[in-house]
Amino acid sequence: MLDDYFRQYGLIVILSVIAVIIPTSMIAVSWFLSVIKIRPTNPNPVKLSIYECGMETIGPRWNQFNFRYYYFALLFVLFDVETVFLYPWAVHFRKLGLFALIEMGVFIGILVVGWVYAWRKKALEWR
Amino acid sequence: MLEGNAIFRNIYCLLAGNEGNAAYCTPLAPGQYGYAGVKFGLLPHGWEWVAYFVAGFIIVFMVVNAIMLSTALYTWFERRAIGRFQARIGPNRWGPFGLLQPIADLLKMLLKEDTVPKDADRWVFNIAPIVMFVPMLLIFAVIPFGKSSYIANLNIGILFIISVTTVSALAIFMAGWASANKYAMFGAVRGVAQLVSYEVPMVLSIVGVILLSGSLSTISIVESQRLPFLLLQPLGFLIFLLAASAEMNRTPFDLIEADSEIVAGYHIEYSGMKWGVLQAAEFAAPLATGAIMATLFLQGWRGTFLPSHLWFLLKVFSIVFLLLWIRATLPRFRVDQIMGFAWKGLFPLALINLFVTAIEVLIWPLPNTGQLWLMVGINWIVAVVSIVAFANILGQRSFRRLRPRTSPLAGVTSEVG
Repeated sequence: MLDDYFRQYGLIVILSVIAVIIPTSMIAVSWFLSVIKIRPTNPNPVKLSIYECGMETIGPRWNQFNFRYYYFALLFVLFDVETVFLYPWAVHFRKLGLFALIEMGVFIGILVVGWVYAWRKKALEWR
Repeated sequence: MLEGNAIFRNIYCLLAGNEGNAAYCTPLAPGQYGYAGVKFGLLPHGWEWVAYFVAGFIIVFMVVNAIMLSTALYTWFERRAIGRFQARIGPNRWGPFGLLQPIADLLKMLLKEDTVPKDADRWVFNIAPIVMFVPMLLIFAVIPFGKSSYIANLNIGILFIISVTTVSALAIFMAGWASANKYAMFGAVRGVAQLVSYEVPMVLSIVGVILLSGSLSTISIVESQRLPFLLLQPLGFLIFLLAASAEMNRTPFDLIEADSEIVAGYHIEYSGMKWGVLQAAEFAAPLATGAIMATLFLQGWRGTFLPSHLWFLLKVFSIVFLLLWIRATLPRFRVDQIMGFAWKGLFPLALINLFVTAIEVLIWPLPNTGQLWLMVGINWIVAVVSIVAFANILGQRSFRRLRPRTSPLAGVTSEVG
């Protein structure tokens, strides 16, 4: 028989299968109602065009967007990797003691220097 | 084996109890909470996996049904409560107090025409609602709903919750990108930037809880809370509340779907049942947040005289009502304010909370009750001082209510023309 570890994850697999089936079946029922002519489907070119406050869309459909979003993505990568190290540290903190606190202080200190640099360079401002 | 999980255990042992798992399926005394039925199961030896799948399917089915039903009821509750906040009545026609309104909504969405724009990326467009919905159910896999009733006891429970909730950022970007609409695209990029920014303080605010409880499993976090962590972690609670409120893009932070700026954001091109699935995911989010916060900060199912499930429901309800209150009260932030609030306000506060908690745990590794209350006092003082300090740094000099300035044209009386 499988051990406890796989038993727990087996239940999560069952849950995720059901979690995928539910929204899929909701959409499938709606599609089935259109097949048996209960739900209307009368597409026409105007209805299938892209919404833009009543005007026709001008220019490319997939437009460009502000590069500033990349700053936040980069900062996120920086600080989310930090949290990956924080979680195991927090679990075993009672065993590790003062040394771990100083270690983590140095580690976060270095990252905070980067954060202050980003703030001073006005990367956190939205202009 | 899955010790604490009472319903799973009962069904499993009813089907496949035998000498091999006698230690697990021993009949308990009638008063005890757990398996108290037959000693030998219905299925022969070697068919334990059938019992495992049947029992697993049954508990998952129960939990999923409870979540779907409470989501439906929550849509009614939210509309009713928001109606009261805005001095109107809200849906009150179908059923007693309008309680059957969710069913009417569902029927309407099923019978609406479902259009996919001509230029849209069809596959991604159709999959996005499903990707949005699945994580909302998966969160509940590790939430203890009551005394020994949960789906799975993962030793990385919180990490599972965080990794699963992050998927909704992907779903928002899928929906916005596939719609091939400019407003949807704006909503999607705003959404990714906002969700990604608020992920960091949210994740950091949980570290304090993990330091105090010494475990990532949600079940042992609930068991280790002698005092609710709301008292021990006021700053963490506040940061998590605000960051979670931003994560599920509700009103003070609802730039992703700001109706007055970018019409409806990422779900602008959706109609019919796909829109319904997106909305269901959005309405399940407060319940999921309430469940997580009740587990992490409010002792989960623990309580004195009421049944444990009722305590859990009460706590989830109070968090959900708090979120609703915030939503009904505050106006929307600007986009620069929202990013500044995450990176300049919540992030350093979360770091302060983290280090204060770490130092306290270092000084009192196994605190008694008096030391716990001392930690409560210190943490509240730290919370108030640091919030006031950061409010000053970020420019709001005082907490006085701003007086409306009189317009320069107020005294002028002249004819127009």
